[in-house]
Amino acid sequence: MAQRTILHDWHAAHGARMVDFAGWDMPVQYTSIIDEHTTVRTAAGLFDISHMGRLSFSGGDALALIQRVFTNNAATMKDFQARYGLVCNDQGGIRDDILVYRWPYGWAMVVNAGNRTKIIDWLADSKGPLDAQVVDQTLDTCMVAVQGPKALELCAGMFEGDPSKLAYYHALPTRYQGANCVVSRTGYTGEDGLEIMVGVKQGVQLWEDLLKRGARPCGLGARDTLRLEAAMPLYGHELSEEIDPYQAGLAWAVKLDKGEFRGKDALIRRKEDKTLRQRAGLELAGKRIAREGAAVKTGGASIGVVSSGTFAPTLNKSIAMAYLDAAFTKPGTTCQIDIRGKDESAAVVPLPFYKRVR
Amino acid sequence: MVPKNLRYAETHEWAVVEGDACTIGITKFAVEQLTDVVYIEIKKAAGDAVDAGEEFGEIESVKAVSGLYAPVGGTVTAVNQKIVGDPASISADPYGAGWIIQLKLAPGTTLDHLLTPEQYEKQIASQSHD
Repeated sequence: MAQRTILHDWHAAHGARMVDFAGWDMPVQYTSIIDEHTTVRTAAGLFDISHMGRLSFSGGDALALIQRVFTNNAATMKDFQARYGLVCNDQGGIRDDILVYRWPYGWAMVVNAGNRTKIIDWLADSKGPLDAQVVDQTLDTCMVAVQGPKALELCAGMFEGDPSKLAYYHALPTRYQGANCVVSRTGYTGEDGLEIMVGVKQGVQLWEDLLKRGARPCGLGARDTLRLEAAMPLYGHELSEEIDPYQAGLAWAVKLDKGEFRGKDALIRRKEDKTLRQRAGLELAGKRIAREGAAVKTGGASIGVVSSGTFAPTLNKSIAMAYLDAAFTKPGTTCQIDIRGKDESAAVVPLPFYKRVR
Repeated sequence: MVPKNLRYAETHEWAVVEGDACTIGITKFAVEQLTDVVYIEIKKAAGDAVDAGEEFGEIESVKAVSGLYAPVGGTVTAVNQKIVGDPASISADPYGAGWIIQLKLAPGTTLDHLLTPEQYEKQIASQSHD
């Protein structure tokens, strides 16, 4: 039986098409993926992302525990800052990609739904004698993302604090309708916006409040096309236990000079390994979609494999991300993608496919 | 409610016969399931033979791709280039302007093996509750 977020009944009552995602019954779309995608690029869309894992950390060694599993450096974070990074296995493969938050009173982590128990187990495995407690708040809280050029203005006056003053990748613990909440200037769409965490009791009210203010509900289908245009990796597609951060183009999120952390020794080796495939962007000449697993070739020889692909609504083009042999990742390189037995022409393009004008 | 004058394949194509001419399309249910149609390819051209059950094309949406299967065999007489050029337009009128292909049937060919409107309605009712 799939898990349900506190907003599940709302989704079902409002015509959402539901799909299993990482063990959660989630809305994939309400009207149309393309309509919802365009809403986020031009106005404001609202996503239920309560399935994502929310962990809070306390204890005198909370930072030390996070540092042991996090490839980025949490020690240089300031209060109210959020930082992206990876959790790697001891071979340097990616166990998850996460956000770490620093508060004056502790730390928090947002992890992928499908990796939640894996990361909780990994933290327990990495803890040793450290004084650190991890509380899984996922089922007690609700998380929504309001994303798009109108996202911030439509939240004006909703919270005790003013999220429009938040810098990018910063968060504000504040209050909504008298209850604690966290508002974070982060997202997974390539647009400006907020991610909001409240207790499950306030979840439906917050959702309906944001809709009344003009946000439109969007499903995981649009979330996928939006993040793909913005070239953000998705765990299970671009990221896995076999792929390391350097292959994924995430070297900026690995700080080898920060001290010891799990996977570091392997990462030092893998950083210099030119035989490993690299993530690249592909633009197809035609409109067929290259989906995960499609082989990428040049002159008949295999040079890689597609990790995700879609029709990009903003660009009106078929795009894909793929892992390619390092010699073929230069923008302008032409190749063929085998889509169900028929080769389609494609070219390597720089990532991201889409970048918003700031 | 599906049109009563058509017959249906389990793979969501519809067919209707007038004389020896058969028009084939996909159902409103199929179009709604796909939602964001971005690409339609017809692998056959006028004059080509198509066998019953043969994949004669594909329809792709943002979410998924599905094959288009001939509910009945015959010789292609026309392909609807309008929906090939503007795939999203198939959604507006899948039983009319959104037809996909026309066949000339061999003498004696019938649609009796296809689902009746009532049978097809029963099938999609069970699928939408998945």
